[in-house]
Amino acid sequence: MDVIVSQLFTGASTGAVLLLVALGLALTFGQMGVINMAHGEFLMAGAYTAYLTQQAVSNSDVSLLIALPLGFLVAGMLGLLLEMTVISRMYHRPLDTLLVTFGVGLILQQVARDVFGAQPKAVASPTWLHGQLDLLGYGYPVTRLFIVTIAVGCLAGTAAVLKYTALGRRIRATVQNRDLAETVGVSTRGTDRVTFFLGSGLAGVAGVALTLVTATVSNLGTSYIVPAFLVVVAGGIGQIKGSVIAAFALGIVGAFLTYYTSGSLATVLTFVLVVAFLQIRPQGLFTVRTRSLA
Amino acid sequence: MKRFSTLPALNLIGIAALAVALLVLAPAVLDDFRLGNLAKYCCYAMVAVGIGLAWGRGGMLVLGQGMFFGLGAYVMAFHLKLEAAGPDAIPDFMMLYGNGTMPAWWEPFRSGAFTLFMVVALPATVSTLLGLAVFKRRIKGAYFAILSQALAVAFATLIISQIEVTGGFNGLSAFTSFFGYSLYDPINQRMIFFITAGLLVAMLLVAFQLYRSRFGELLIATRDAEERVRFLGHDPANIKLVAFVIAAVMAGIGGAMFVPIVGIVSPLDIDEVASIGLIAGVALGGRATLLGPAIGALAVGYAKTSLSETFPGSWTYFQGALFVLVILFLPGGLAQLPSYLGRLRPARKQKQVPALQAEGAA
Amino acid sequence: MNAQLDYVEIRDLTVEFDGFVAVDSVDLTLLQGRVHFLIGPNGAGKTTLVDAVTGLANASGLVRYGSTDLLGLKPHQVVRAGVGRTFQTATVFEQLTVLQNLDIAGGVHRKARSMMRARRGIPSYVEEALDAVGLVDLRDRPAGVLAHGQKQWLEIGMLLVQDAKVMLLDEPVAGMSAEEREETGELLRRIGTERTIAVIEHDMDFVRTFADVVTVMHAGKVLTEGTVAEIQANQKVQEVYLGRTVEGATHA
Repeated sequence: MDVIVSQLFTGASTGAVLLLVALGLALTFGQMGVINMAHGEFLMAGAYTAYLTQQAVSNSDVSLLIALPLGFLVAGMLGLLLEMTVISRMYHRPLDTLLVTFGVGLILQQVARDVFGAQPKAVASPTWLHGQLDLLGYGYPVTRLFIVTIAVGCLAGTAAVLKYTALGRRIRATVQNRDLAETVGVSTRGTDRVTFFLGSGLAGVAGVALTLVTATVSNLGTSYIVPAFLVVVAGGIGQIKGSVIAAFALGIVGAFLTYYTSGSLATVLTFVLVVAFLQIRPQGLFTVRTRSLA
Repeated sequence: MKRFSTLPALNLIGIAALAVALLVLAPAVLDDFRLGNLAKYCCYAMVAVGIGLAWGRGGMLVLGQGMFFGLGAYVMAFHLKLEAAGPDAIPDFMMLYGNGTMPAWWEPFRSGAFTLFMVVALPATVSTLLGLAVFKRRIKGAYFAILSQALAVAFATLIISQIEVTGGFNGLSAFTSFFGYSLYDPINQRMIFFITAGLLVAMLLVAFQLYRSRFGELLIATRDAEERVRFLGHDPANIKLVAFVIAAVMAGIGGAMFVPIVGIVSPLDIDEVASIGLIAGVALGGRATLLGPAIGALAVGYAKTSLSETFPGSWTYFQGALFVLVILFLPGGLAQLPSYLGRLRPARKQKQVPALQAEGAA
Repeated sequence: MNAQLDYVEIRDLTVEFDGFVAVDSVDLTLLQGRVHFLIGPNGAGKTTLVDAVTGLANASGLVRYGSTDLLGLKPHQVVRAGVGRTFQTATVFEQLTVLQNLDIAGGVHRKARSMMRARRGIPSYVEEALDAVGLVDLRDRPAGVLAHGQKQWLEIGMLLVQDAKVMLLDEPVAGMSAEEREETGELLRRIGTERTIAVIEHDMDFVRTFADVVTVMHAGKVLTEGTVAEIQANQKVQEVYLGRTVEGATHA
């Protein structure tokens, strides 16, 4: 029983991290169809933002709170820049976008190595995140709970933006029918930019959050990018809720597999499970059905 | 632009020229060290020929070729470790990482014939199973690319974790001989170069025949209009599967030759970053052309060595810039350059266009 | 001679998308030797009907050709059963030449081994198809440069090479000049004697000139079936469809 609860919690917190990373992808890949491999480097940018913020504001209790919006802004601006210079030229070539953004990611990593060095940088976590919270007889690390909170907060924010704001309507309209959106006066170019800004910004937030559980290095993003893409693929394109379920499912399944086998074998088995799942639902959990051939 | 028209003669001349350059010129002018490097690039070029087939012709962006490369490489490394250990003895690293006993499934790799068989059979089997699972369910495009990449991650993770049989993160090294020929003898290293270059030329000939065959046409048709191919009575999954498996086998053979040449194989040679790195040369040379992928891979391999020698770190910038610039501005690769430049001089072409349209209206 | 004529039998065919019934228990028989037209306003379910027959849309009911039940077959299996189709927007392989397009369509009947060989010479059936659709002069052009009408002909040519005994053509003369329509119609008549042909069409002039049988669909159901004269005299048809011929004509 103890094992089940503790692994459920471990899985949920891994799932929360996955969700944080995948949420931005759900916007840029899921809504816009852009495969941005540099998304991982936006995570890294968020993490280094947290590091730099702490250098500037030595009080670790407040630096994290400053770093969260700052990380969003830094990664968001990077994303905006990428969209305007590169991605906007290749909306009709999704696979090529993958390769170009991979190249951008390589360059960003090397820049980070040249600027910050190859050594990992540690970011001190605030004192108010130390310790454990006792709930129902179990102790949970507060940092993990905080990450879950951030993930849920970002999710709620993203969902609210998509559902209730004029911007969200524009995004959905653009996704569903680009030409039609254009003819009814939606600036699809503007919408693309804002969507990309938001999606990349979320990566920045995720990056800041990651500093609580891992050291900051230039290749921080590489270990998260592929699982995050798997989450979006398994969840189904165009539906945020699919990514949410997939993230937590992968996190929890991974936690149990890790417990019963080993971390690396769990990675392999998780991949096998995703492929097996796609046998049943090739388009992921949720799909937008159309009757057209394309 | 006659990119896809069959120009068999020209392609054959190209293969012949490359064969002469590799098998005659290079051994004459390069020292042993450089020739060894060239042999390594040839291994990458073999993978590249396969990527050209799967991606350039078949539209499947294979981001996990490192796995098939790795299957071939590790199979070969198993054999070479056993050869180094000597008859009835077990490889040194098993003493180090394991409990000093060798798993029974390692035993057959003592046989050279079995090893050579597995170099082909293992990538072929794995790619067939994977291809069936993926293509039959019509997983394609971005989904396929991401899955293939995840595959490379999973495989590299698996290799690292199974340290008692794979050497873990450090990989397998310290080989002494290759099918009985000492690896310390420069003459034998030259022989390995000739085998590798010969294999590359052979693969180009295979690709040449595939591209001019009806299958090659069907593959392009599948790439450009997969759904339409169904209405010709073909299951596109089968067409893609054939290309995918051939590409995997080419990668496996490249990996197998890589091991005696470089003297080590580790997860870093086969993981997702290495896999996507293999794409760079293909994109540079021209993904859909016959010779482009191989020549591009040779060039990128050379660039990597020279840049890493002179300015460490600059290679990463170069590789990143290569992806961005080539894919963004020259998606057809360098092979596209002549026709691209040709378009800048429109004087002659313009005459043909109205003629075409006039005929079209008739 | 031909004691038994070929036919396609469709019984109680129903296609549903998320609760919306696009095709509603349709009965239809397509007979060899007659050029059969399917007409009806937009959204009547004509294309969906063809999609269902060719394995693109899930459907219930019965579609029988010869001894084969076509429902539940995958698209390529339907083709192998002898049923071919074209699409509203002509889809040919733009990078391949006209000849390669036609040749590739013959692949169904080839052995796997011959697939790995290059083409040597032009097979006679490809030559015949090329001739039938009148693209002999353009055979070495990439299909991408063909005019719209020529692409439609090329598609029909591909069906000929494919040796489709049943041809389902979705608006083959859309966007063609009057002259091209005339030629297309003649072509359909010529090849129609040995085949079962159904054509979805909006252009009433074309229907009047070349239809042997016309089926009118409306809101997923078959409204009526008959000769052109019978259809034109039908009160119901005039209400739902012929009353809007102007719109129908401009749509085409």
